[in-house]
Amino acid sequence: METKDHTADAVFGHLRVDDCYQCGKCTAGCPVAEEMDLMPNQVVYLAQLGQIGRAVACGGIWECVSCQTCSARCPKSVDIAGVMDAMRQQSVQEGKASPLAHRTVAFQKAFLNNVRRNGRLNEMELVGQFKITGFAYSLADVPFLFKDAMLGPRMMVRGKLHLRGEKVRDRALVRRIFERCMGEK
Amino acid sequence: MRIGYYPGCALHGSSNDYEMSVRACLDALGAELQELDDWICCGASAAHCINRKLSIALPARNLALAEREGLEELLAPCPLCSMELIRTNTEIAEDADLRHEMAETVELPIQGKTKVLNLIQVFQKIGVDRIKTAVKRELTTFLPACYYGCLLTRPPDILRFDDPDCPSSMETILQALGARTVDWNYKTECCGAGLTMANEDTVLDLSNKILSNASEHGANCVVAACPMCHVNLDMKQNDINARYAATHNMPVYYLSDLIGLAVGLEEKALGINRHFVAANL
Repeated sequence: METKDHTADAVFGHLRVDDCYQCGKCTAGCPVAEEMDLMPNQVVYLAQLGQIGRAVACGGIWECVSCQTCSARCPKSVDIAGVMDAMRQQSVQEGKASPLAHRTVAFQKAFLNNVRRNGRLNEMELVGQFKITGFAYSLADVPFLFKDAMLGPRMMVRGKLHLRGEKVRDRALVRRIFERCMGEK
Repeated sequence: MRIGYYPGCALHGSSNDYEMSVRACLDALGAELQELDDWICCGASAAHCINRKLSIALPARNLALAEREGLEELLAPCPLCSMELIRTNTEIAEDADLRHEMAETVELPIQGKTKVLNLIQVFQKIGVDRIKTAVKRELTTFLPACYYGCLLTRPPDILRFDDPDCPSSMETILQALGARTVDWNYKTECCGAGLTMANEDTVLDLSNKILSNASEHGANCVVAACPMCHVNLDMKQNDINARYAATHNMPVYYLSDLIGLAVGLEEKALGINRHFVAANL
């Protein structure tokens, strides 16, 4: 059995996880609970116990759509959506994200890398990067590469496609902000 | 009336129809937007999943820019941007240590004193009475399902806007312009938001439920005030129909589209012709 990891107190203290009495309202109202291997109330329970190893490695935290319904409805004001965020952050930091969530994690990382370079999101670059890093390198995953390819021309005729994305002027500053928050890279 | 303006990446990207709509509509109502100079991405759905400090620093840089420009109010028409900006503002205003840490991180002093507004709040500020005096066309043919999604009202203790369970601020405005808004169940349900590319299955499922509930309750259009909601409900509507053998043909408007039409603007000026589902009301 996993023992209590006291660093968890620092990570989850401000999210009031100890106030949870397991009523399950968060899971009951979660729009994606049925897709999750560990449900929101179970993730909070593991945070209470300080046994976060299982939670950071589960796929469910990456199914979460951050809709905030759980936090808004919690009768004890536990910030469950904040717990999901903290678990995901920990999961990336420790390199323990579930293989089930490979594509979602690849997307969020590609998104941030893009902002790190340009200061603003460049959608075309993001799509390209996501296709490369989100591809599972198996034949069965080939359709993923071409999915939404037909959307491009339909966006183009509507003037919704920008081949050259915007960049901020002070990109060096953006890189410094990223370095101060995430360390050198 | 002059208001600071933070467009965010979506409105300068594939949701440029939303920016056209917001600008044209507010211009017609005499509100002048001052775009924040050299604004950066707020971190959107990615930063808070990956790094907590970054999820505060990216909005903080923009808030610091607004303070430097002396902007008291800042419109962020994307609810994800506005929520992230408001959340950061609240945390910074309450915590002196964080204030100092962020000032160093983003290389500008920051106090957390800018009032961040969503699009509905800007229309409330202009005032329903004032909008009514500009009406050239009553919206009587419109039976809109007003769709708030997640981040216009949640988290409620941070946003303090409307009723998180049953909001009605969009209905109040549109009814005053003649629209016959419908009562329905999915006004605050999530459409899958920024996971459109990363997790399409979830997005199609949630968005299908929203569109189905809207039409079951007699709506002939959905009205949103969010670029991601619009992408999922409008751009992906074909995919939803294909996946679920559904026959949705539901136009999705931005709130500023309908107000713009009411005050006499053309569809093209509002970017409505760029939507995927043809609007024919």
